[in-house]
Parts: sequence; C-alpha cells; structure tokens
Amino acid sequence: MRRLELAIAGLLACSAVASIAFVVIYDSGADTQGLGIALGAALAFLAAALLIASRKLFLSTPVAEERPEFAQPPEDPGFTVGPAAEEAEELAGEIESPAEAITRRRLLVAAAGAAGTALGAALVVPAASLGPSLDDRLHRSPWRTGVRLVDEDDQPIAPAMIGERGFVTAFPEGVDKRELAAPLIVMHLNPSSLDLPAGREGWAPQGLVAYSKICTHAGCAVSIPRSPLYPDQAPRPALVCPCHYSTFDPAKGADVIFGPAGRALPQLPLSIGSDGTLVAAGELSGDVGPAWRGTRGVT
Amino acid sequence: MSPERAVERRGGLTQRAVRWVDDRTGSASGIRKVLRYVFPDHWTFLFGEIALYSFVVLVATGIFLTFFFEPSTAKTTYHGAYAPLEGATVSKAFASAMNLSFDVRGGLLMRQTHHWAALVFVAAITVHLMRIFFTGAFRKPRDINYYVGLTMLMLVIVEGYAGYSLLDDLLSGMGLAIGNAVALSFPIFGADLSNLIWDGQFPGSDAFASRLFIAHVLIFPVLIATLLTIHLILVALPHHTQFAGPGKTERNAVGTPLWPVYAFRSIGLLLAVSAVLFTLGGLVQINPIWQWGPYDPFRSTNAAQPDWYLGWLIGALRLMPPLEIRAFGSTLVPNPFFGGALFPMLLFAFLYAWPALERRITGDRGLHNLLERPRDNPLRTAVGSAVLTFCLIVFFAGSSDRIFLQFGIPYEGQVVVLRVVVLVAPVLVFFAVKRTCEELRRGESHPLRDFPGRVVRRTPGGGYEPEP
Repeated sequence: MRRLELAIAGLLACSAVASIAFVVIYDSGADTQGLGIALGAALAFLAAALLIASRKLFLSTPVAEERPEFAQPPEDPGFTVGPAAEEAEELAGEIESPAEAITRRRLLVAAAGAAGTALGAALVVPAASLGPSLDDRLHRSPWRTGVRLVDEDDQPIAPAMIGERGFVTAFPEGVDKRELAAPLIVMHLNPSSLDLPAGREGWAPQGLVAYSKICTHAGCAVSIPRSPLYPDQAPRPALVCPCHYSTFDPAKGADVIFGPAGRALPQLPLSIGSDGTLVAAGELSGDVGPAWRGTRGVT
Repeated sequence: MSPERAVERRGGLTQRAVRWVDDRTGSASGIRKVLRYVFPDHWTFLFGEIALYSFVVLVATGIFLTFFFEPSTAKTTYHGAYAPLEGATVSKAFASAMNLSFDVRGGLLMRQTHHWAALVFVAAITVHLMRIFFTGAFRKPRDINYYVGLTMLMLVIVEGYAGYSLLDDLLSGMGLAIGNAVALSFPIFGADLSNLIWDGQFPGSDAFASRLFIAHVLIFPVLIATLLTIHLILVALPHHTQFAGPGKTERNAVGTPLWPVYAFRSIGLLLAVSAVLFTLGGLVQINPIWQWGPYDPFRSTNAAQPDWYLGWLIGALRLMPPLEIRAFGSTLVPNPFFGGALFPMLLFAFLYAWPALERRITGDRGLHNLLERPRDNPLRTAVGSAVLTFCLIVFFAGSSDRIFLQFGIPYEGQVVVLRVVVLVAPVLVFFAVKRTCEELRRGESHPLRDFPGRVVRRTPGGGYEPEP
C-alpha cells in the first residue's frame, strides 16, 4: 500500500513537472510540438494517478442500488401497476380539475390554438429579413456580346495563350471574379473533333470553346482538364469537377459523360476581336451553377 | 455563541466545507444520494463519456480561439510568419486563422486540438449510438433520451461543418459551395432557403460569415449544451442500464458508487481524453489551411476530403447517378437533393422511428433496464447491421478518389461497382447477421436462463468430481 501511495505521489509530481515545462516552453518561443507534449504529459500523468487511485487505492465491492419505480403497463409480465402509476393519474387529475368548471372548453382550446399558431407564424416571418428578395438574381450573368475575356490578372486572352490539352480560366472584364457566373473555362480543341449541339455553329472560332467553370452539380469549380483516369488512358479531353467527379465532354457542348451532374455546363459563344483577343459573342446558353427549381437552359 | 458550541462546530476542512454549504443550501442529504449513485460497469459505457469529455475540451479550446478569430470575408493583405503567403490578398477570416496559427503563442496547439476534439467528439457519439442501438438501451424508459441523443448528433454534425467552414480556406469554400447546392436542391423552397442563409447568391455577403460564426460559437453550442444536460438528467432518473449477470435484475443497478472510485476514474478519463487530444493537437497536423490557400468560387483542388463525419454525405453525392426530376420547365428535384438531403433525412427518420417500430413488431411495450447482447435480438441486430453496411459503403465511396490516387484503381470503375454493391451488400448482411445471431443463441447458455451445466469440484488427487 505504501509503495502504491508513493507511485501515485510520483505520478502527481511528474504531472507538476510537465505543467511547469509547459509554462517554460510557452515563455521561450511557444513551440507547438513542445507545448503539445508538455500539456499532454501533464494531463496524462494526472490521469494515470487518478485511474490508479480509483483501481487500487480505494477498496470497493460492487454495490446494488434499487432503481426508482416507474409506472408499468399492466400487460407487461412481471410488473404491476404500482404507486408510480397512481401518482401519474393523480397528477393528471390535479392539472385538469381546475378546468372542470369551464363550459365552453372546446371553443377556448380552439381559440388558444389559433392565437398560438398565428403568433408562431408571425414570429417566423422576420426570418425573411435574412436575405434580399430572390428576384432574378440566380439567372443573372455578366456575359453579353462584346464583353472581353480576361485572365486572373485582368489581362486579355489571346488564342495562343491556350495550350492544346489545358485550359485557361477567364473572367468578364471589370466584373467581380467571385460572382458565380463570372468564371469560364476556355479550351483549345481540334476544330474537326467538335460536335456541338445544333444552333451553336460559329460559337467556337479556331476550336476555342468557353464553358462556365462552376459545376452544374454542386457548384464547385471544374478544375481538372481531363478524365479522372490518367491522361494516357483518357479517350479524349474532358473537364472534371474534383468535388464529386462529374465529367463533361468539351467537344460536345460539355455534356455529362460521367458522375452525378444533371445537365451540361453552360457554353459562351466566342469571337476573336480586332486586336486578336477573345470576346463574348452572346450570352451563356443557360443558368450557371447548381440546379434549383427555376434553372433555365436545361437541354 | 457559547464556547461549547464553538468547540462542537470545529472540525476538519471537509467537515467545515460541507457544513458551510449545507448551512446555506440544506443539500447535504441530496449530495449524499448523488455520491452513492451506482454506475454499472462495462467497457462499452466508455464512449458516451469520451464524447462528453471531448465536448469539454471543445468548449475550452473554442473559447480561446474566439479571442483571435475574425469572422469576415472582407479582403485584407496577409502579413505574418508564413512567408509563402506574405502579401497575398485574402479574407480577414483566413488571415486571422493564419495569424492564430503562426503568430499567437499556443494558437496552433489550441486550433489543432479543437479540430481533433471535434473529430473524436463525433466519432465517440457515433460509436455510442451504435452501442445504444445494438444493446437495446433505447427501449422504454430510455427512448426519450435516445431521441435527445439523436437530435444532438444532428446538431453536432452541423456544428462541425459550420466550424471548419468558418476559416474561408479552399476546403471550407468547396464545402460551403456543396452545402449551398444541397440547400438550393430542396424542392419548392430551396432557392429561398439558400438566398436567406447566404444573404443572396453564393458565395454570399459578409453577413453570412458573421451568421456562420454566431451559429458555430453560440447557437449550436448552447443547443448542444442544453440537450447534453437533459441527456445526463435522463440517464440518471431511471439509473444506468446494465447487462444481465449475477445479482443484476430489472429493478436494481449493480456497480461502483460515484464516491470515490467512479469519480476518480471518470475525472481520470477526462484527463486522459484531454491528454490524447492535446498531444494530437501538438504533434499531428490537422487542417493546414496554409496548404489549401484562400478560397474563391473559381478555385478547387483534386482529391479533397471533408472531415470524416461528412464522408457519408460526399459519398452519397458521388455515388448518385445523374438523375434530376424535371417537369413543366422546372427542375423539381435537383440531383444533390438525393445524396445530400434525402439520404441523411431517411437515415435519421429510421433511427427516430426504430423504438416505436420495434415495439410494434415485437409487441413488447414494457420497461427494460437490462441490456440485450446483439445476438439476443437477431432482427434488430440484422436490420441495424444492414443499415450500417449501407452507410459504411456510401462512406467509403466518398474516398474512392483517394483510393484511385493511392492504388490506381480507376475511379469510374469503383463508382459503377459500388452503385451495385451498396444495394446488394445490406441485403446479404441482413440475412448473414440474422442467421449468425440465431446460431449463437442456440449454441450457448444464456445469462437470463438457468445455468444448464453442473458444478464440478477439484479433487485432492487432481481430478474432478461433480458437486453433490
């Protein structure tokens, strides 16, 4: 017993030393690893002391304690309706008895219910202050005919900047880049490989295609210019969203070829301006981003 | 006061302290009762306690973090100890989290410990829920407490998501983008819901950042702490459950009294949990936001993984085939609804409904203080295992991209196979588990039934003879 007490005292002393070490480390540069080890050790030694004390220092034998009696349903074998159930009946009576003198009980309950419901509804309505009115904001896009495409550093984009298999992220000139409809993927494809939907003739000068960069599944940025398979296994260029791996075919109007996305990425018709840089030749072919009840441009 | 009285009132420190309290509150007899409260012992009872103590660490470290974190998406220029981002334009939220990690003494320890504690917290609750489910601890009179616990689990998952979404790094932004898509995907009111939460279109206004912050540091913690208090009271009122065993009946609780053994053990466990969490926080890097970088809606990264407790939702979003229900020129049910909203709603609906379902199936409406082993109730164990199998497969589907990167197994192939496996495996597991439980029950004695064997005695010669 004496040795046990000494061992516990030793652990407590170690804990104290580790706590002091924590303060010292904090004061001399506060190295994160040092702080973690010191504080962890201080707590662990103290834990060991208490756990050993609880197991060895105090003599204990299992103790049986009666549970409080709860009311039992009569059909339950082995139990009977005891005093607990009677007490519940009495409580119910005590709550109800003052109302016995009331004659138009149903009317009062209905009126109180109406008042409560109406008040509840009234109190919920201010939640509408949380946001602006929905109006047409989810349909809005800064892309119009003649809007110039610029890169992340606001530089105009020339076709030569775009490699054969890669892509460039483009934004409308002079618009907040964080706007959901702003970012585009511009890719350079072999014009003979293009198989765009009907009505999009002339949207891809020199094989340059532009699609919204925001995935139509869950709104992440489509940032992988290939299939999730390694490039040498990929049959053709693809656009992949890294959140849930929706995969789009840029040669076919960004049709979904794999993954959970329910519709193609909206496409922007391009043209090459007089200075040789890219400009929009129209509006996006549909709404940008994850679907909602009013999503337009679903093909 | 007479001299005699003064002598009579003198005593040791404990006596004087107890008298001081009792003279002012009259609570001595109540406290005695509490000290004698009996805790039945079983190693599976540990998980709830680990969850409780992780919450203590979360609150303690979280309070520290609030003194330094600035919940704002307003732009600022980063200046600090982390050279690669020096001079970068980032949000104030991101910059303050960076400064908290690199320039505040002990800040990184607290931040990482907070994150680790959150991971352990949800894990402990989940395992605790499995214990409650598979041992039938949710049966009357504890069904009410089971509902409280399930509600806490939902709040805790949202709370954790809000927490790692605050920092405005690339991963939090991608997580919020997905959250917004799930909000938008609710039929009829989805767009309004997203519009109200984000104060306009995603990524939202600066108001959203402060709303998320208040939700994370005030609203959800207060809700969780309130329900936690109710949870503990509802544990104590009918007393703890126990497994069947010698001397253990439906009407008693056999185990260790609170004072002193259980108190020392439990405080020891609090310290041990804290020791593990602070050691992890100091030594094992978690959520290094400087590696992810700041978020903009046009950025994302490959092979991103959320905190583990959202893995089942990202898995469901990834496994779901490209189905959207459209009619009358409207997208009635956008795709993220199925994996991100319907799946978790159905799972929790099942969990909430199970106690009532089981009462209806078995006709057993009685009180139960003795726990069942999983084999004692083959149907429940089989149903629970099937649901768990479904969730686990969906969970692992969430890491298919990591498996692809690690082992080169094609991602598309994994998804195609898992879409079938997730439907077939639960059925197989149901029958396999049911059969196993029934066989186990048949093959051995049961603690609730009479002892079927005979007692033998060692003879002086080394052999055995039956007890007369």
